[in-house]
Amino acid sequence: MYNIAVMGDYDSIYGFAALGLKVCPVTDAEEGARVLKKLSEEETAVVYITEALATEMKEVIAGYDTALLPAIIPIPGAFGNTGIGMANVKRSVERAVGSDIIFKEG
Amino acid sequence: MASSQVIPTRMELGRQKRRLVTAVRGHKLLKDKRDELMRQFLELVRENKALRESVEAKLRKANANFVLARAAGSDQILNTALLAPKQQVFLDMTVKNVMSVEVPVFEKKTRTENEGDIYSYGYAFTPPQLDDAVESLSEVLPELLRLAEVEKSCRLMAAEIEKTRRRVNALEHVIIPDAQTKIKFITMKLDENERSTQIRLMKIQDMMVAEAIEKAKAQGL
Repeated sequence: MYNIAVMGDYDSIYGFAALGLKVCPVTDAEEGARVLKKLSEEETAVVYITEALATEMKEVIAGYDTALLPAIIPIPGAFGNTGIGMANVKRSVERAVGSDIIFKEG
Repeated sequence: MASSQVIPTRMELGRQKRRLVTAVRGHKLLKDKRDELMRQFLELVRENKALRESVEAKLRKANANFVLARAAGSDQILNTALLAPKQQVFLDMTVKNVMSVEVPVFEKKTRTENEGDIYSYGYAFTPPQLDDAVESLSEVLPELLRLAEVEKSCRLMAAEIEKTRRRVNALEHVIIPDAQTKIKFITMKLDENERSTQIRLMKIQDMMVAEAIEKAKAQGL
């Protein structure tokens, strides 16, 4: 049985606790990396992370890209959204196809 | 190219021919794999984009609701209200194999029977905005889970497509032409050897015939 966790600043994520997701308030990237490492060892399948934090710890997240678990998914938080979630989708398209053919039309 | 390093023998020729056959077959298979992966990837990535757009919009709305709730009630009340969640969500994961790429498939499991069991507080002391906020968030959850599944699959497949494309290109532009030039080189070298042997034999025959005529002339005279 796998867990779902949410990482980010407390204001953005405290509501997820009501749904029964594991809430991990994190203030900076260094702490985030530590928490993420712990989560991945604890059989966490999905980690939702606020865009603000995801942007700060881009390199750490990239390290989990090729692993099957955990899936690290950026979501918009209460503030400091950077659009990194969409940028990631765009990046996978570029990586697979060689150029961006999905977002150009928009 | 590397043809200068190859030994022009029949054995080497056979080896290179076998290599070429394998490379051509591998190239075809990998190309098919790449095309099929690409087709599935594009389908998935379109879904990913649509899902993300909808999830992001809904989450923004939920966040706005939480800000309202926070404005209406004090921090302490909200914190205690959400301190002990009633509900807990687990995931059951199975692995699906898509063209040799292993992607996760999630299945949601909740601790209590009733999925709507999300209000972990009595309604007496909390602002009504909190109810809206929690509800709007719970509405996103199924989509949020599907997004996780799709986005992870996309990322894994993108990596695999990149790898396969490199392999296809390496076969197409390096291994196959290399084997072809080697085969050509060996065939030409072997032909050349054969011709030179032929010529040598003809020369020797000529010499022997000339010698025989000489001998006959000497005896006849």
